[in-house]
Amino acid sequence: MTVMRVARSEWTKIRSVASTAWTLSLAVVVTLALGMLISALSRRESGSMDPRARLSFDPTLVAFAGMTLGQLAMIVFGVLVVSSEYSTGMIRTSLAAVPRRGVFLASKIAVATALALVVGMATSFAAFFLGQAMLGPLGTSLGEPGVLRAVVGGGLYMTLIAVFSMGIATMLRSPLLSLGILMPFFFLISNILGNVSATKKVGRFLPDQAGSRIMEVVPRAADDTPYGPWGGLGIMVLWVVAALAGGYAVLRRRDA
Amino acid sequence: MIEAVGLTKRYGDRTAVDDLTFTVRPGAVTGFLGPNGSGKSTTMRMILGLDNPTSGTVTIGGLPYRKLPNAARQVGALLDARAVHGGRTARDHLLSLAQLSGIPARRVDEVLDVVGLRDVAGKRTKDFSLGMGQRLGIAAALLGDPQVLLFDEPVNGLDPEGIYWVRNLMKELAAEGRTVFVSSHLMSEMAQTADHLIVIGRGRLLADMSVRNFIAANSAGFARVRTPGSEPEQRERLTAALTEAGGQVLPEPDGALRVTGLPLPRISDLAHGAGVRLWELSPHQASLEEAYIRLTQSAVDYRSTADPKAGLTEPLPPGAEPPLPVPGQGQPGWFVPPPSQDPATAGAAPGPQDGTARPFPAPTTSEDPR
Repeated sequence: MTVMRVARSEWTKIRSVASTAWTLSLAVVVTLALGMLISALSRRESGSMDPRARLSFDPTLVAFAGMTLGQLAMIVFGVLVVSSEYSTGMIRTSLAAVPRRGVFLASKIAVATALALVVGMATSFAAFFLGQAMLGPLGTSLGEPGVLRAVVGGGLYMTLIAVFSMGIATMLRSPLLSLGILMPFFFLISNILGNVSATKKVGRFLPDQAGSRIMEVVPRAADDTPYGPWGGLGIMVLWVVAALAGGYAVLRRRDA
Repeated sequence: MIEAVGLTKRYGDRTAVDDLTFTVRPGAVTGFLGPNGSGKSTTMRMILGLDNPTSGTVTIGGLPYRKLPNAARQVGALLDARAVHGGRTARDHLLSLAQLSGIPARRVDEVLDVVGLRDVAGKRTKDFSLGMGQRLGIAAALLGDPQVLLFDEPVNGLDPEGIYWVRNLMKELAAEGRTVFVSSHLMSEMAQTADHLIVIGRGRLLADMSVRNFIAANSAGFARVRTPGSEPEQRERLTAALTEAGGQVLPEPDGALRVTGLPLPRISDLAHGAGVRLWELSPHQASLEEAYIRLTQSAVDYRSTADPKAGLTEPLPPGAEPPLPVPGQGQPGWFVPPPSQDPATAGAAPGPQDGTARPFPAPTTSEDPR
């Protein structure tokens, strides 16, 4: 009862600010455009590809190449949904109306997650089809083994990135601080940690490194990753749950 | 009904609210008065369950705010007019709040009409003036038709028409039997709006009484005495005589003396005995504003000092007098004793007065000693 009311209110909040449309459409456009570009380039280079590279060429993953940048827009969306309450002071009005903070946070996250899921799924499917169109003869189809899982997984991945950002923003409250930590982390640090051999064993348990595994269809050469596609997504879910739990603990305890 | 018992809030070693106990009753406007930084807003936030008290409790109708069923329908609050997302329109802002507490959407247009924002309901709030923001905040507080209303500095930034409107609105809400709790740092505002006063300073309760009693208790009379301006030693002699007789003497900026604790005939007799001529001896009544300042003076965090404007003004030619403030024009009609760094010598501080004479500041006017 109360949850439905709060959810309706959160929907009003989320649709009535311009940042929602901006960040989400940016996520879609960047993911699609970059995915198409990389796919088209891959097709042009395919003639010079050696047989070994051809064997590990993953047309599904190539179509998702735009997500490395597109996820940054999802991060901004997740951060702004939560931290704009704090930066504007709206949080005090909101919490005065909904004193039960757990209900407030759960409704807010649920509404924003639902929206991110819809956008994420649509983006993932669109990126896949557009990418395959660009790849032409190199492309694959949804019917091939593992491909549908990878495309659905891509949508889940974008959603989880947004939810993880919401959890972090609930803990940190400040939009600048949250973005200042999340953006470089997912754009640079995580990639470095996941690819440098010294830190690889730890780095691959980071949320994006583990979660993005679900978008791979063709196994990597000499792969020793201790988890599969769903296992990786499970690790990412654990990260998200931890971030949300931390956010709830902070919201419950601290003064608004 | 709002009840606070031993309410205390500490931030580190700073005590913002110190053991406050008070009751806000329905059917009356209760003014919550205190200087800037005295803990009014912190108290308001604790009432609304936004901040957790370090110790003590505050309840509304017997329940802590966070335990109230559908709190937004029982309590409406304006805390900070700026606390809205500037990218949202006024109507969407109110709609999201209405939906939170299951209030039908048509109520949003009702309250927009009540506060006079109907015409700008579709505009983003970042373009609102402070006064419009206050109106929006008041609309949000009225949304749930609550029995308990809290307003933190509601007249800030309002034009005279708006102030008049808020004042009447509060009185109407109280007349309907609601509990209305309004904070302000302006005594004059509260004197015209409130029925009851709760005064705090540095987080402590200074007074909890009806406005009528507050006026009676605090607007004590005093006498204004003026000696010939050309003879400062007469003034000093009179001050010594009056202080010795148990009166309290404060210099006023125009060179006159303010005397409390002695009846007028006695002052005249003492002056005669000391051989001092009087140019003025008149009875006066302290204003409510002054009573409030006297009450809170020892509890002011941010105290202003006189601006010397050194380097801004050219030195006066010899024999010229600096212009005196004209009463009623840009200057308050009452005089606050000059700020003192040492609270023990602040003559107007409440509590036991030290009966010792204190050195006078040099006469402010450079008279030509003929």
